Amino acid sequence: MPSAPMVLKMEGITKEFYGNPVLKNVSLDVKQGEIHGLVGENGAGKTTLMNILFGMPVIQETGGFSGRILFDGREFLPREPRQAMAAGIGMVHQEFMLIPGFSVTENIKLNREITRENLLSRMFSRKLETLDMPAMAADSRKAIDALAFEGIDEWAPVAGMPVGHKQFVEIAREIDKENVKLLVFDEPTAVLTESEAAILLDALKRLARRGIGILFISHRLDEVLATCDRITVLRDGEVVAEKKAGETTVIELAELMVGRKVDGLRLADEAKPPETGEDVLVVEDLSVNMPGERVRGVSFTVKRGEILGIGGLAGHGKLGIANGIMGLQPASGRVKFLGKEISLNDPLSALKAGLAFVSEDRRNIGLLLDETLEDNLVLAAMQVHGRFLRRVGPFAMRDSGSIRRHALETIKEFDIRTTGPRQVVRRLSGGNQQKVCIARAISLEPKLLLVSEPTRGIDVGAKQKVLEILYRLNREKGLTIIMTSSELVELRRICHRIMIMYDGKIAGILPPDASDAEFGLTMSGEKSTERSGEHETTG
Amino acid sequence: MKVWRKIRESLSSNPMPLVFGILCLFGVVVSGKSWSFLLQEVITRLARNWILVLSLLVPISAGLGLNFSMVLGAMAAQTGIIVMTHLKVPGMLGFLGALTVSFPIAVALGLVAGNIMNRAKGREMIAGMMLGFFMNGVYQLVFLFMVGTVIPMKNPDLMLPQGFGLRNTVELKYMKYALDNLLTVSLSGLVIPVATFVLVGLVCLGLNRLYRTKLGQDFRAVGQDMHVASVAGIDVNKTRLLAVVIATVLASLGQLVFLQNIGTLNTYNSHEQVATFAIASLLLGGATVTRATVGQALAGTFLFHLLFIVSPYAGQRLMGSPQVGEYFRVFVAYGIIAAALVVHAWETHRSVLSAAKRGLPEREADRAG
Repeated sequence: MPSAPMVLKMEGITKEFYGNPVLKNVSLDVKQGEIHGLVGENGAGKTTLMNILFGMPVIQETGGFSGRILFDGREFLPREPRQAMAAGIGMVHQEFMLIPGFSVTENIKLNREITRENLLSRMFSRKLETLDMPAMAADSRKAIDALAFEGIDEWAPVAGMPVGHKQFVEIAREIDKENVKLLVFDEPTAVLTESEAAILLDALKRLARRGIGILFISHRLDEVLATCDRITVLRDGEVVAEKKAGETTVIELAELMVGRKVDGLRLADEAKPPETGEDVLVVEDLSVNMPGERVRGVSFTVKRGEILGIGGLAGHGKLGIANGIMGLQPASGRVKFLGKEISLNDPLSALKAGLAFVSEDRRNIGLLLDETLEDNLVLAAMQVHGRFLRRVGPFAMRDSGSIRRHALETIKEFDIRTTGPRQVVRRLSGGNQQKVCIARAISLEPKLLLVSEPTRGIDVGAKQKVLEILYRLNREKGLTIIMTSSELVELRRICHRIMIMYDGKIAGILPPDASDAEFGLTMSGEKSTERSGEHETTG
Repeated sequence: MKVWRKIRESLSSNPMPLVFGILCLFGVVVSGKSWSFLLQEVITRLARNWILVLSLLVPISAGLGLNFSMVLGAMAAQTGIIVMTHLKVPGMLGFLGALTVSFPIAVALGLVAGNIMNRAKGREMIAGMMLGFFMNGVYQLVFLFMVGTVIPMKNPDLMLPQGFGLRNTVELKYMKYALDNLLTVSLSGLVIPVATFVLVGLVCLGLNRLYRTKLGQDFRAVGQDMHVASVAGIDVNKTRLLAVVIATVLASLGQLVFLQNIGTLNTYNSHEQVATFAIASLLLGGATVTRATVGQALAGTFLFHLLFIVSPYAGQRLMGSPQVGEYFRVFVAYGIIAAALVVHAWETHRSVLSAAKRGLPEREADRAG
């Protein structure tokens, strides 16, 4: 649509955080009725760019930015979100901006409530006008219907809704704004099921036909390609390309994003587990009562020096296994590590035995977000093994020297992109946080490492790096690893054996080079041929 | 079977009023006092205390928790009363005069408190409590030293013989029962201060209406999630400030009603326990740090004061000493606040944990479909 007028034009946007340039001379424009894709690795500067556009306070607090924004043909410099909204920019956030105790209607109409005058409001302030709930509900209904997504009741409370529904409520709120000219979608499909995502992308196109400009941020490149008219690729704070959707491919986009050839090949050279490996971990009849990821009596063994993958669809218990072994979720059964029994429901026992865990929940369980990188690396090791401590009489003091040395080594070894060991972990990008999580577990010098969803929510480049790290730890240092992931491709890239969970039980243990069909059937529970002989025959 | 489960459910969801209801009933029986005596006492105390308790509701809905800084409102009210007593303005006129004087002071103090709480987000309760202690110092400075020295004032009835500073107790001979006596009804031996109850009714109605306005919606939005509210364009700090101001003004009105009924002003003590007792009352009604309703405020005040009345008598009858009952009621007041705060801390912790546990598999479930 070359003739359509511009809704948004950002020119030469440059932004530094504490002397660290995150955006360098970025230019971007969105036309009326256009869906413009914005892709880039985590940490490429997408979020910062959107924060600038939306006038988030964090931008002014950290010294503002330079460059020019034209919105709807006028110079535009938002200092707070309210101004951006008033101008007609709607944002569908990555984290939900919904108030759980409010109903769908109240959320959609948040701060844009329909009100009626009353005596007091005429005397004092418009703030005292009475809410007109029926009118608000009617508007909300209209907005929800416009999305063609069924199953949302405008009176229902938001708390307890499925994630996908929340996402649609959020979108309904944005399109309910009459003056909205530009909608920003920050990874809207990340939490949706495939069918929901399809509905959403449809809705996006319908909105664009109404003349609204749409800025679409996503990690799913095929989606971007299928939905967008133009695509801008950000890398390390710079625009590296702007492509028409018809003139590029997923592979090209991925290459542009990462800036190097994506290695889609299998890392594992030898698929067979080490021949000599004895069973280091023996799990018998393990049941874990993890909400949503229940495990119902599984038995398996792990050989020294192998990477055991645990896969399966969500809700079938794959996440429960590691959490159960590590004592983080109520569990029963028997777990023997190196011949010694580990007492369940007691995290310290598992840690002391030489197990380390990188949780799937890195922001809540894995990291102390407001502590520095170096403290995050060594705290667990201090606690569990008393490392990095200096004894002074009866007191144990932190040994700053060895902590710093360890941190610097780790940063180099794991290629953590940071301003230094004293940087607060919250400020790192998702991929780098994940590296810190793994490094922290390695600081415990474990004999067995359990990693859950190591690549969740991080970008392509960081994924590759994380997988490489795990691979190296295994092949070079001989570390035994249990890796749980919902990305089958990744499991197949580095694991020796892959255990597929179905309905809380082991549906099968497959070699990584088993066919796609075989994996698919096992995961859907169609084929419960436990290829139980698998590791005996290979061993 | 079904009935039993229902009882159990309501008990576990709202154990506070039930437990204390039973305790009250026990106290009533043991005290050996007549129903009419107890009823009269309760009516008097309800009229005296209800507005103070109701003043706590707005900050709770705005997410500021229990408003320990309501002491500031009480101080504003007492300033108004002292001025009117000094000017010897009688009756309703004096009451209205005190209201007029205390209103701007309450607004100003509310602004101070609100601003401080905006700077101490997440720690509003302890900040409010400390602010109360600090302002108590300022209050003493003004009325113990500045009156008669910096502030020219001569009134031997009110002031200490040394020529400056107010007396410890001030007889409110001009204002006593100013509101209560506006309209009272005698009903089979019970004296009911109808005018006061009408005022309470108006406050309740006002609060109920407030929750149905745009402002009330803002309070609730801010109270539930400041971040989301601010992204939606609600001025979070201003909304919270307004909540504290409204609370402080209501607290000052409540303290005026309280004092006109008591009839004497303990210049340096009357305000001190206002927050403790009002908060304990509200919590007894089943309110929590994050949720409170008008009904809970009304019921809780009833229970708290019934307990207050019967416990010395019950102590006398059971242990032969009213002191035991006295001890018990103070213990209840502080104990219940401590318990509520502990439960609050515990629930916050638990909800964070369960969100962490629940959030991820759910998200995942949606992704994989």
